[in-house]
Amino acid sequence: MIVGTQKPLEEIWDMIKGFRKVLVLGCNTCVAICHAGGGKEAEILASLLRMKASLSGVETTVRHAAIERQCESEFFEPVMDEVRASDVVLSLACGVGVNFLADKAGDIPAFPGIDTAFFGAVEKAGIFKELCAGCGGCILHLTGGICPVARCSKSIMNGPCGGTSDGKCEISRDVDCAWYLIVERMKKLGTLEKLFEIQPPKDWSTGLYGGPRKVVLEHITAPEPPEKGKESQGGM
Amino acid sequence: MKSGSNLEKVLEGGHFAVTAEVGPPKGTSASVVQKKGDILKSCCDALNVTDNQTAIVRMSSLSGCVILKGMGLDPVMQMVVRDRNRIAIQSDILGAVALGIRNVLCLSGDHQKFGNHPTAKNVYDIDSIQLVKTLKTMRDEKKFLCGENISGEVPLFIGAVENPFADPFEFRVIRLGKKVQAGADFIQTQAVYDVDKFAGWMKMVRDRGLDKQVHILAGVIPIKSVGMARYMRDNVSGVSVPDEIVTRLEDAKDVKEEGVKITLEIIDRLKDIDGIHGVHVMAVAWEDIVPVIAERAGLLPRPIL
Ligand code: SF4
Ligand code: SF4
Repeated sequence: MIVGTQKPLEEIWDMIKGFRKVLVLGCNTCVAICHAGGGKEAEILASLLRMKASLSGVETTVRHAAIERQCESEFFEPVMDEVRASDVVLSLACGVGVNFLADKAGDIPAFPGIDTAFFGAVEKAGIFKELCAGCGGCILHLTGGICPVARCSKSIMNGPCGGTSDGKCEISRDVDCAWYLIVERMKKLGTLEKLFEIQPPKDWSTGLYGGPRKVVLEHITAPEPPEKGKESQGGM
Repeated sequence: MKSGSNLEKVLEGGHFAVTAEVGPPKGTSASVVQKKGDILKSCCDALNVTDNQTAIVRMSSLSGCVILKGMGLDPVMQMVVRDRNRIAIQSDILGAVALGIRNVLCLSGDHQKFGNHPTAKNVYDIDSIQLVKTLKTMRDEKKFLCGENISGEVPLFIGAVENPFADPFEFRVIRLGKKVQAGADFIQTQAVYDVDKFAGWMKMVRDRGLDKQVHILAGVIPIKSVGMARYMRDNVSGVSVPDEIVTRLEDAKDVKEEGVKITLEIIDRLKDIDGIHGVHVMAVAWEDIVPVIAERAGLLPRPIL
């Protein structure tokens, strides 16, 4: 899932205070799970903004709504009238949702209500942990299923660096050293010798650094091939 | 000879090497580097110039090396992979060789979180082991990482670091092996205070025959004050300072002298460890103690080769 945290109210207020008709639009998938931007959070934030507006003596209407996912077109249909009736939409989706909304919203600005942080998992209730950085060339089979790109502070391929201590990363006692975990896990799997090999420099071009990425599934996007004639089907 | 550097000659000649560290200034003054070079020149075989150590911006290592080279000294250019991608790294290496630099030490670099620009973006395009291998390919095959040819020679003596005190202990030797396999000619270790633990690590190094394939210089940091000892014990990740050393300094009348004595005792014991080919003295902001230590440790005069 994508993990984010809601922006501070002051920052949000600064963004939207010049607008008269505000729509707070929640997203009920990832960011709802991390209690940052679901329908419930949209409702609460909308009332906080209404209070803020009335305390500041500003005439502003703040409405709220939420859709299942702000990263797929079909879910937007039911709220597009509401979007078009607004001066600004404060999206509580992850950055993907805000971008996607901005593409659809024509001349209505789409602003971010949350800070999108990472791809992660729910370690336990209330704790979310980054586990993958979407590098576009997964190497988890070489590292015991533990990602050095996302979970090592230096994203090194031949760790651990000299900074690890008591299994923790040099940046903080609260951060596990990914390479310590990798070594321990590979020991358990009986595959430690895989780590004896020098991993070559990673191809980062498949990741954030190769320009914007796109996945195209030709079998879905390509037009149907023309039906072949009976003769050729039967021949040879 | 791979590079013909003084450090290489000393080590290949079987001498016990002495290297020290020069931290360049947070400014533009060449004379700061020259002054340190002057203090250290007769007691060391080569001088490392640090590369934005602890992620604090300073004069570049390459410039510091050029200044020392101009004084007739043999500089070791430290290069961290934190701040440069493979394009900048290889370009800097070409320039360094053109300017007469012959020793390069490859490091990961401290995370920028510790430095004076903690909001910076780091690079870590390649890691320190990949850097060693890159330099070896540049030198031996005269090829860039991408496989294209380099014009001209790339005579380099390639160094790497290792921290025997970091975790996981048994894996550190394996990782040293990877650095040797990648092409390291010499290793400078993290500062040694716990000589017993270090000797245990060196035994593992010898068991794998690595001491025959690479020159290992043990790191030494003279301790100047009780506060520094405590700080190193409690806050520096991957450094292990035994309590006994802290207590000795706490009880000492002359703390600096006690610090020097401790350093001399450590060097004495390091000299006796099989496979140790020298010491690397990192006297941060205490450069003038290095000649004293070298003298009292019986490491002078340095060989002239
Ligand atoms: S290697 Fe890349 S794709 Fe695989 S988990 Fe790590 S960041 Fe994600
Ligand atoms: S301590 Fe571990 S996680 Fe942290 S940078 Fe070093 S290898 Fe990576």
